[in-house]
Amino acid sequence: MRQDFDDLLTKGRAGDKRAVARLISTIEQGGEESRSLLTQLWPHTGQARIFGITGPPGAGKSTLTNALTKCWRASGLRVGIIAVDPTSPFTGGAILGDRVRMGDLTLDKGVFIRSMGTRGQLGGLSPASAGAVHVLDACGYDLILLETVGVGQSEVAVMETADLVLVLNVPGLGDDVQAIKAGILEIGDLFAVNKADRPGADRTANELRAMLELGEEEKRSLPVLLVSASQGTGIEELCAALDTQYQYLDESGELAKRRSLRLRSELLTLVREGIEQHLLQPLLDSPTFQQSLQQFQARKESPYLWAAEFVTQIKIGGSGCELHES
Amino acid sequence: MSEKKIRVLIAKPGLDGHDRGAKVVARALRDAGFEVIYTGLRQTPEQIVEAAVSEDVDAVGLSLLSGAHNYLFPRVIELLREQDANGILVFGGGVIPEEDIPGLKQAGVAEVFTPGTPTSETVDFLRAHCGGGE
Ligand code: B12
Ligand SMILES: Nc1nc2c(ncn2[C@@H]2O[C@H](COP(=O)(O)OP(=O)(O)O)[C@@H](O)[C@H]2O)c(=O)[nH]1
Ligand SMILES: [Mg+2]
Repeated sequence: MRQDFDDLLTKGRAGDKRAVARLISTIEQGGEESRSLLTQLWPHTGQARIFGITGPPGAGKSTLTNALTKCWRASGLRVGIIAVDPTSPFTGGAILGDRVRMGDLTLDKGVFIRSMGTRGQLGGLSPASAGAVHVLDACGYDLILLETVGVGQSEVAVMETADLVLVLNVPGLGDDVQAIKAGILEIGDLFAVNKADRPGADRTANELRAMLELGEEEKRSLPVLLVSASQGTGIEELCAALDTQYQYLDESGELAKRRSLRLRSELLTLVREGIEQHLLQPLLDSPTFQQSLQQFQARKESPYLWAAEFVTQIKIGGSGCELHES
Repeated sequence: MSEKKIRVLIAKPGLDGHDRGAKVVARALRDAGFEVIYTGLRQTPEQIVEAAVSEDVDAVGLSLLSGAHNYLFPRVIELLREQDANGILVFGGGVIPEEDIPGLKQAGVAEVFTPGTPTSETVDFLRAHCGGGE
């Protein structure tokens, strides 16, 4: 298996999209394979710049991704794109349509695009998106762009995966900037109002600026740019502003801080998963636990005491299952 | 996440602008629990194959109502072979005369679904051919 990954990684670094695709699929599959791949990738990661792009549905995130990528390609950067669309909670199916706006990029050897469904994960990303970012990073993509699901208020997960977040808004989504909720404002490092070819874009930008000023007194003012992704206006300026913002984050030490927090949260997730799988699951599956449940229900035992004792057992090296075995 | 999701690319090759059928099929597959990647209108066979490879799909569904299927379908298959991706199942649908179907199958198209076929047939077909792991 390891040999296999090595081979795919070498090919991926040389620009073989099929190899990159296979590696990402391994991540999507999860489990032992995925963990061993990530372990192998790890030394090769940490090089790419990771940008997140979020905003309400239809704001033009995919169209803008297409435009920005062409701009970066012109300066020779290899670009990896992960575009997330919602998975239906009812059927588990999804229509991933972000590629419709990225047809221009499909045949570019220096661009890799992967569509993902949210697959039950809240927060606007997919369970495998962080791992897929590692794959692209290890395969030598200089810049990785994460397009979140456009729900407009809950995509805060992108903050935990990206170095920098661009929040996109558009005119005409009803009352002022209502479409962008407070939580979303707080995760932005940079703001853009798209569809500047339409009336009202100026007003939306001004409202956004006013809202940002209300919140952030001590911080430096965050840029709000006007662009038209489909017409290509303001794209170079936005590209430059993203660069400047990234540089600022880097020089101020904020980038290092974010990356360290990200590592911490990734690690915690892994540890939690391990604890669940190896300590909690055996307990839940044990017959003694079923009995205890009945005792709780009959109010003969207290779940609070039980839980505390369980943790004590774990701390002294037991499995926790020996509780109340008598 | 343990159970492998079936991923299908639905593509409209060539200049054909009829996209209702493709969208109907895409929705039916989504409702059956598949992950459908839709690439939009006017894709060249090269673009379709590149997308299929990057998305690592199990199958590619081509929709064509313009009459150019006899060239475009086999071309997609040929390019997939060149990319060493002939493990990807190719199927299609749209306005395709009965007499063209044997030739398409000869070229490697696994199945063709013409107007009036219930979408459940496509769902069953994909479950049968992409379900068991490989
Ligand atoms: C609606 C329609 C249009 C609409 C299209 C709207 C749109 N956005 O889709 C409009 C008015 C724009 C249009 C325009 C034209 N049309 Co027109 N159109 C039709 C019509 C009446 C119905 C097509 C349709 O939407 N059916 C409903 C959908 C749901 O069915 P479907 O597409 O067949 O899909 C089903 C199956 O085929 C299958 N399927 C389809 N794709 C796929 C893919 C996969 C993977 C699978 C598994 C299954 C599958 O599953 C679907 C559900 O069962 C057909 C006639 C007909 N009866 O088919 C002509 C028809 C397709 N059009 C035709 C023509 C000639 C044209 C024009 C060239 C006319 C002109 N001279 O301008 C233009 C070209 C437009 C273009 N840019 O390509 C001809 C094509 C002739 C040919 N093949 O040789 C047809 C067959 C009419 C005819 N008898 O002459 N058209
Ligand atoms: N007028 C106008 N329309 C745009 C612009 N950018 C994108 N669109 C359109 O907005 C719609 C949604 O775009 P898309 O990129 O899919 O949005 P997303 O859902 O945020 O990814 C599409 O119809 C685009 O063509 C723009 O700058 N001006
Ligand atoms: Mg999009």
